[in-house]
Amino acid sequence: MKSIMDLMKHDKQFLIGFLMLIFIIFFSLLSFFSPYDPQDRYVVQRDLPPSAQHILGTNSLGQDVFWFLTFALKNSLIIGILAVVLGRIVAIIIGLLSGYIGGTFDRVITTITDSFIVLPRLPILILLSFILKGNLNFINMALLLAFFDWAWPSKRYRSQILSLKEVEFTNTARFSGRKIYEIIFKEHIPFLIPYIMADAISGFLFAIGMEITLSVLGLTNLDIPTIGTTIFWANYYQSMLKGTWWWISSPIVVLIITVLGFYLLSVSISTFLDPRIRIQSKKTGDK
Amino acid sequence: MNNTNKLISVRNLTKIFSRGSILFKTYILAVNNVSFEIEMEKPEIFTLAGESGSGKSTLARMLLGLVEPTYGTILYKGKDIVQITNTKNWMWFTKEVQPIFQNPFETFSPLNRVEDYLYDTARNYKMIPKNTDKNSFLKEYLNIFGLSYDEIKGKYPHEFSGGQLQRLSIARALITNPSLLIADEPVSMIDASLRMSVVNLFKELKNRFKVSVIYITHDLATAYYISDKIAIMLRGNIVELGPVEKVLDDPLHPYTKLLKQSIPEPTIETQWDEEIKLSTVEEKEFSLSGCKFAGRCPYVMEICKTQEPEEISVDGRNIKCHLYKKS
Amino acid sequence: MKNLESLVKVENLKAYYFSNVYGNERTIKAVDDVSFEIFNNEILGIAGESGCGKTTLLKVLLGITKSPLSIVGGNVIYKLDQEEKNILSFSNGELRNIRWKVVSYIPQGSMNVLNPIRKIKDTFKDFMETHRPDISKDDFDTLIKDYLRSLGLPLEVLNSYPHQLSGGMRQRVTIALSTLCRPKIILADEPTTALDVVVQRGVLQLLKKIQKEEENTLVVVSHDMGIHAHISDRVAIMYAGKIIEIGPKKEIFTNPLHPYTKYLISSLPKLGDKSFKSSIPGSPPPLSNPPKGCRFHERCPESTPMCEKEEPSLVDMGEGHKIACFFVPKGGKV
Repeated sequence: MKSIMDLMKHDKQFLIGFLMLIFIIFFSLLSFFSPYDPQDRYVVQRDLPPSAQHILGTNSLGQDVFWFLTFALKNSLIIGILAVVLGRIVAIIIGLLSGYIGGTFDRVITTITDSFIVLPRLPILILLSFILKGNLNFINMALLLAFFDWAWPSKRYRSQILSLKEVEFTNTARFSGRKIYEIIFKEHIPFLIPYIMADAISGFLFAIGMEITLSVLGLTNLDIPTIGTTIFWANYYQSMLKGTWWWISSPIVVLIITVLGFYLLSVSISTFLDPRIRIQSKKTGDK
Repeated sequence: MNNTNKLISVRNLTKIFSRGSILFKTYILAVNNVSFEIEMEKPEIFTLAGESGSGKSTLARMLLGLVEPTYGTILYKGKDIVQITNTKNWMWFTKEVQPIFQNPFETFSPLNRVEDYLYDTARNYKMIPKNTDKNSFLKEYLNIFGLSYDEIKGKYPHEFSGGQLQRLSIARALITNPSLLIADEPVSMIDASLRMSVVNLFKELKNRFKVSVIYITHDLATAYYISDKIAIMLRGNIVELGPVEKVLDDPLHPYTKLLKQSIPEPTIETQWDEEIKLSTVEEKEFSLSGCKFAGRCPYVMEICKTQEPEEISVDGRNIKCHLYKKS
Repeated sequence: MKNLESLVKVENLKAYYFSNVYGNERTIKAVDDVSFEIFNNEILGIAGESGCGKTTLLKVLLGITKSPLSIVGGNVIYKLDQEEKNILSFSNGELRNIRWKVVSYIPQGSMNVLNPIRKIKDTFKDFMETHRPDISKDDFDTLIKDYLRSLGLPLEVLNSYPHQLSGGMRQRVTIALSTLCRPKIILADEPTTALDVVVQRGVLQLLKKIQKEEENTLVVVSHDMGIHAHISDRVAIMYAGKIIEIGPKKEIFTNPLHPYTKYLISSLPKLGDKSFKSSIPGSPPPLSNPPKGCRFHERCPESTPMCEKEEPSLVDMGEGHKIACFFVPKGGKV
């Protein structure tokens, strides 16, 4: 807790990012209090501008934009988080195995990883979404996104492990009677954490961005409210031309806040966790 | 020869590194046919002295089981340590033999508290009863070294000076009650004026705790101060080995003589007069076919350039030099 | 005695580091009121344990005062072209003009500063192009080769990459590089740390040779008194940001006055001597919070109550030998 207080006091980026994050979470939690079910259509008057009754107005499908958005944001966040968690777990496992086992196993895995990295993700995702359209629920969406986002981070973890294997304190740990799993978790993983954090956030943004791209192109399950599908329907009903600007701009604003908030958080957290900075703040003497 | 009498017995130990790709490989003979031994009954401090590139660090790593030798055997208390692969034997071995590394700041992870290493070592090797309180154990143990636990509590490696941290590294190594310490350049990263506190500790280890030490260094002054026997290494070969007073008071091998003369003693009486030649490209010296010192030796003869000298015994020491061959 | 023409005057120099990491504010008084002179045609040694401020002192002598380091007070006056100028007030352009040509710097660990993907000769050529644009490119080759030959360095290093050379050879190449423009002052920070004994001797011999031939000034920073015994003409001992003793080498080694200096010398083992030696008890004080009074009083065997309250200043003991101590100048009386 003290660290968070420290960060908030001294790092403006963290403060702003943190506030944005609180806002996002709060906003998506509001969905539990929604008086409207997002699957219902034509429950209110259509195309009304923002007013006291409908904070963000209503859309052409007869839904309250504000409450619909709370669901949209919540679902987008869930997809993003699922994709990131799945992707990172795979990346960490493969990166660690590859780094520790080495030899032929490492060479084979690296070749596979490299092939994944050069895949052009967007065209393939478009193709796959087209094929799977109907079956793209949450889980599948997250799995699909995770499938394309584990390769690059796993290389980074692997190279960290390779250098950590050679470092002297690994030997000290072996002569201190530490078992292999203790060494991995107590000695090495703490060095990986800044990278995992920074990766996680960029992975999250990739997942959300990709979901939006695919939805806007109409390739996902359009019945599930997400930021992307909101934008799709707004475009479909030509919200910009019709003048119902509140329908298309509100998901975009929410998206920008989300992206900015996570980005600022990731930058300030990974600086804070960087072992070198942590060491400096503990150093006493200097030349 | 009765091997079980020896604490450690090294025979024909050799390590060859290969560099380069599949097509163009060069081989470096990092350690060449090294043999020596340390008795079990009397603890002793055995110095491996040499400059960088002499192979002493590689040798140290082989003795610790961290690097596999290419040829040769290392018998510790009669057991071949190259054969140690399973956990039980590894725990036995690491309880008996402990390392002290050169850079105290790399010896501990900068993200872990130093005291945790000490406490964990004690627990893992069952040196203390299972539920011993960390505070009381560390207080008592560190007292033996004249260190106060309060000064160390909760601190990370960078909060200590090099000398303090190295002493803690030694304290950690002694928790398992080892019979042999392998110290790889333990004082080279500490200021010259602070080295004695660590070096004196090694002397005490031998006298009070009955621990033998293989002390690896390029600093002959501290070697003279604490060792019983010394082996001078050059490009992977032991060129002179014997009791430290003999070897350093009256060196026979030209390389030993050069090492001795180059020590910067803090007095103005002895000043360097002759200019010396330094080696240029390391690999070149390694690939010389004869004696590795032939390129720089002031007494070089024709045979030195083509034939490697064999080990012979002269005046109570083992020496590899054509100058002393009795023909 | 050699020609005592003053080249650099340091007057009451104070250089501190100010750092602020996540609310952790610290002031590190690395150089705290230091005054001394550097003469022409001499080798001045600066001795002291790690963390006493020696490296910072060198940086300031070179005019490197980038944040978090800043000059809090004092002057560094160079004698340039018969004029005395305080380089602390120089602009970046003026500083660039004197670097490498008037004063050059061999930093710690400089054997690792060579560009690993360029051959040595290319690194030399780059250097020449930047700092001696007056010389035509055709003359580069001959100039470099002649210089290396005069230093006794084998010409084959030019065609090598840094990793092919040993640490000692790299260090000597760096020395050659930094003295190529024949500077008046060479500042060498621990030029032989991490080098073996024999290589160390070779590097020190090279430095000595350059100094002798050019008749310029060499300032050598090292924690090893043995090195000073062999190479320096005068030695200044630094402790916790202050100079506590300075004098000709002969004086310092045959008649060390300050208790710290005595410790520095006696704590080094000598060949042929197995008698007990001990290092200085305790450890150097943190520069962020130096003790009041004489900085050494906590570790000093002769400490008196006055030592805890007041700071001694440098007292001249004759023959250029100065010492900052309350105890010794009074004939060792308490």
